[in-house]
Amino acid sequence: MDLHSLSLSALQAQFRGGALTPLDALDALEKRISAVDGRVGGYLSLNRDRARAEAAAADVSLPLGGIPIAIKDVINVQGDPCTAASRILQGYTATYDATVVRKLRAAGAIPFGRVNMDEFAMGSSTENSALQRTANPWDLNRIPGGSSGGSAAVVAADEAFASLGSDTGGSIRQPAALCGCVGLKPTYGRVSRFGLIAFASSLDQIGPFTKTVEDSARVLNALAGKDPQDSTSLDLPVDDYTRLLGRDLKGVKLGMPKEYFIDGIDPQVDAAVRAAIRQYEALGAEIVEVSLPHTEYAVAVYYIIATAEASANLARYDGVRFGKRADDPRNLLDMYVRTRSEGFGEEVKRRIILGTYVLSSGYYDAYYLRAQKVRTLIRQDFTKAFEKVDALICPTSPEVAFKIGDRSGDPLKMYLADIFTIAANLAGNCGISLPCGFANVEGSRLPVGLQLLGKPMEEAKLLSIAHAYEQSTRWHKERPAL
Amino acid sequence: MSAELNVRHTAQLARLELTDAEAEKFQSQLNQVLGYVRKLEEVDVSGVEPTAHSSQVHNVFREDASREWFTPEVALSNAPRQANQLFIVPKVLE
Repeated sequence: MDLHSLSLSALQAQFRGGALTPLDALDALEKRISAVDGRVGGYLSLNRDRARAEAAAADVSLPLGGIPIAIKDVINVQGDPCTAASRILQGYTATYDATVVRKLRAAGAIPFGRVNMDEFAMGSSTENSALQRTANPWDLNRIPGGSSGGSAAVVAADEAFASLGSDTGGSIRQPAALCGCVGLKPTYGRVSRFGLIAFASSLDQIGPFTKTVEDSARVLNALAGKDPQDSTSLDLPVDDYTRLLGRDLKGVKLGMPKEYFIDGIDPQVDAAVRAAIRQYEALGAEIVEVSLPHTEYAVAVYYIIATAEASANLARYDGVRFGKRADDPRNLLDMYVRTRSEGFGEEVKRRIILGTYVLSSGYYDAYYLRAQKVRTLIRQDFTKAFEKVDALICPTSPEVAFKIGDRSGDPLKMYLADIFTIAANLAGNCGISLPCGFANVEGSRLPVGLQLLGKPMEEAKLLSIAHAYEQSTRWHKERPAL
Repeated sequence: MSAELNVRHTAQLARLELTDAEAEKFQSQLNQVLGYVRKLEEVDVSGVEPTAHSSQVHNVFREDASREWFTPEVALSNAPRQANQLFIVPKVLE
């Protein structure tokens, strides 16, 4: 087996057994990146020299000792660019490490490479990046999903052992599903967001992309915990998220939300997910039908709340303190307006305008306040469902990866791609996507993702349920032909 | 709810200037999105409290004490223009 195709855990075993060193791992990644990234387009930049210095000094006895981890271009790593794939932050150099980066380093990991994304994490295909196209490693004419499309593509293409992404409405789980890797969105507040460029602060959460569920648990072990720098991070004990891995599924109850098995799902996605559910039954889990009656309102609630918060968060890009400033401003207002108009891409402008509108005087109650109330009802749906079951099981995305360019020009259709992932952000639950099969479309073999949603703070249980299925299949061992 | 979004006016509030082509395109796309979100009118929300965020954490305080933080040089290191440890912007008052 090639070194670059090892899982994080397998790589670590090699380090600890003395067969490989962290420098070998970096060499292998660099080689793999030069061989395939010209076609995949996942990486925006590589901090080779610093990573090599860190690898040479790595302590492989630490929990993630010597493991290189790719970072979505929305998380600050001191000395690296951090552009959120936007022209407005071109030339910006991070002046500090995000808390997740500090914690990865404390666990011995090496932040290596910046990966592409939709501009400011707004999108479901990574086509909104102002900097670069990223392709799906399984079919280079198709999108990798988004917004963390680069994070998913580099793991799926064996150009990274693991990566970090962020999930505001599905931006970790949907690209993981479309690229055939494991993507975990922790509970809102489980992982600090200090140093994450904010999109929608009541929804954003950082999480890992990995090749296996065990790797996901190990990275979460390093990331989780209260951070005084992020007042929304929760002051609750951090579990060992590998603790329940290997436990069988006897007595585990999984809920199939009937609203997530509807007309309009790609029949091959539906078939793969239903086969996974039968597999869970065969493994001893009990499957029951549950209802999340407000599901159909989740996308509408999300596009009000997320755009409202984004319009406020993105007010800071004004050309004063960092990033781009328009040339030769006539006055202060002209500087603000031209900096923002030249610096932001189309989708970002669209969302800022929508968010500004729903917060504006006269419309606040009708849109924003009403959306927040329906959000309460969506949360209550989950609370009630979790009284009956240990986790929910459903598709991650209603479809497989679509062709590059297929959705541009139809924002509403693009927004509906997130229909099964958005509610977990609104409710604050944890969720994971893992591979559960393939769809054959026009000669391509495209990954299908299975989504499991867990109660807030029950990541250990969620990961153990995901792990039991994964270990009974071979989907996670499949690799794209690149 | 009514879809009376005036894209140009709202863009101005957000300090954005749109080209004619952008304004026309956004107007029609956002009218469509607002048409979609109007389905929230169907939901009975009487007596329902709004949710601002899901973690139920409120009023988080820290010690009011000074800490090591960015030096002025670091804080200014990404400034488009700077002088005398200050951010420089176009003149505000004539």
